[in-house]
Amino acid sequence: MSPELINLIIQATFETLFMVGIAAALGTLFGLPLGVFLATSRKGELFAAPAVNAALGMVVNATRSTPFIILVVAIIPFTRLIAGTSIGSTAAIVPLTIASTPFIARLVEAAIREVDGGLIETASSFGASPIQIVFKVLIPEALPGLLLALTLAVVSLLGYSAMVGAVGGGGLGDLGIRYGYQRFMPEMMLAVVVVLIALVQLVQSAGDYLARRVNRRLRHR
Amino acid sequence: MNAHPSLLIGEPVKIQDGSAQPHAMVRFETVAKTYPAYRGKPGVVALQGIDFSIARGSITGVIGRSGAGKSSLVRLINGLEKPSTGRVVVDNRDISALTGRELRLAQRSIGMIFQHFNLLSSRTAADNIALPLEIAGWSKADIKARVTELLALVGIADKHDRYPSELSGGQKQRVGIARALATRPSVLLSDEATSALDPQTTRAILDLLANINRELGVTIVLITHEMSVVRQLARDVVVLDAGRVVESGHVADIFTHPKHPITQSFLAEASGDSLPVSLASRIVQEPGSHAVIRVQVRGAGAGDTLIARLARELGLDVSLLSARIDEIGGQHVGSLVLGIPVSDSGGEGATTRTLAWLSQYQVSAERLGYVA
Repeated sequence: MSPELINLIIQATFETLFMVGIAAALGTLFGLPLGVFLATSRKGELFAAPAVNAALGMVVNATRSTPFIILVVAIIPFTRLIAGTSIGSTAAIVPLTIASTPFIARLVEAAIREVDGGLIETASSFGASPIQIVFKVLIPEALPGLLLALTLAVVSLLGYSAMVGAVGGGGLGDLGIRYGYQRFMPEMMLAVVVVLIALVQLVQSAGDYLARRVNRRLRHR
Repeated sequence: MNAHPSLLIGEPVKIQDGSAQPHAMVRFETVAKTYPAYRGKPGVVALQGIDFSIARGSITGVIGRSGAGKSSLVRLINGLEKPSTGRVVVDNRDISALTGRELRLAQRSIGMIFQHFNLLSSRTAADNIALPLEIAGWSKADIKARVTELLALVGIADKHDRYPSELSGGQKQRVGIARALATRPSVLLSDEATSALDPQTTRAILDLLANINRELGVTIVLITHEMSVVRQLARDVVVLDAGRVVESGHVADIFTHPKHPITQSFLAEASGDSLPVSLASRIVQEPGSHAVIRVQVRGAGAGDTLIARLARELGLDVSLLSARIDEIGGQHVGSLVLGIPVSDSGGEGATTRTLAWLSQYQVSAERLGYVA
């Protein structure tokens, strides 16, 4: 493979890391509080607001059922409003964030719901406020699950990022389509897939390692 | 021994009128708790007509079957639930009327320990104990000093940096107790705190609770379904059944003179081991050579001259089949199993006379059957 092509791969890898990194960070920023709220706002729960819970749940479901490629083109005006343009890696972060937020929220909700309800009652019994319960009980106790959830979200974002080539987002997936598929360069396709596999492997191992480190539940008995 | 007229079987009992005891630590005033119907499930009456008080500095057992309303009762005391009607007054504060920040402040003076310990798996023993102090806004230095003190108090100073997964059940409950006591509460609620522990560990934890009550003067409310726990630790007992208080009073009274069938069944379970197996297997209901009578006596030197006097005054060859003396609610309670001879013709005059003689001394006795 020529040095130019290798350079293309390196550049595309950085584009992917940039898009996925920022989108994952923003998705967590919005998805974590949303997920915590979804997990604590049903009837009788900490921040009980069943109507808001149901409404947000519907929005989350609607976003999650929209195919990502359709979401990308459907929100182009919104993307232009936020990013100033609808083309390029920076613009692609907008649909990636919008797709990952509800996904992360649902994963966070599941992780928080795993926390033993008895612990919420315990903290309430010694006078903890709902906010204190979230930060001192729910998030620390759910941390292993939250880290695995974030890992899963990043891996999914790596997949989504392949589709933003449609709006000139660049990145590995785009490179694979344009060179590997449209220019009949199977070795380029292969190289892109190998880099993606390595990235996913890396992210998953790092996530597993961190989740294991913070998990005190099953430490040597 | 005081058959109070209101203690009729099956009737809700009002032994201590709440309003008459301003210095009670916990006072239930005509409390009822109902859970409304929800999603097609019918509403549930968890508690009704609850009216009793718990003395300052006492250890009070609340005993009942599952579903009797024990959990609702304890959650009313620490304000986790509100009564549907009536008031719950804790330390002269109407906890059922408090909300928000005021309620949270009041809850700091009520500690609670749980059947499954409810420790945070992500925190060490020391950090679990520190949690209520962090919530109460203590400074780091104060928390550190208090946690060290508490770990020593519950006897696990060496487990400071251990995570709950590295502790035994008994050690976890000690952490739970230290955490409950952290903010120096005046009431400690124990919700089946020993139900998940083996008998030896249970005994050790109950001893620890007794020490805490003695040394710190903390009022302890024990929720349990095990009479043995009440017997070992409590001075007063409240028996709950189907959301009502069916019997209450001093443990020694209730143990020797249970009135309500539920209380009697709890006692039967607790004393089921009091008859030696070899004797229990010999007792039959068809008439035999001796009638078997169980006698319960209490007080200092319980029953020590009873058999001699019985034999002398009635001129009977009384045989002693089994005997034990327990300490219940701080009093000695003796349980004697006697064999009274049945005459060759099958006459039971001796048994009748014995029962009459015993009742004259207000000693409770029951006929268990016969031995051949």
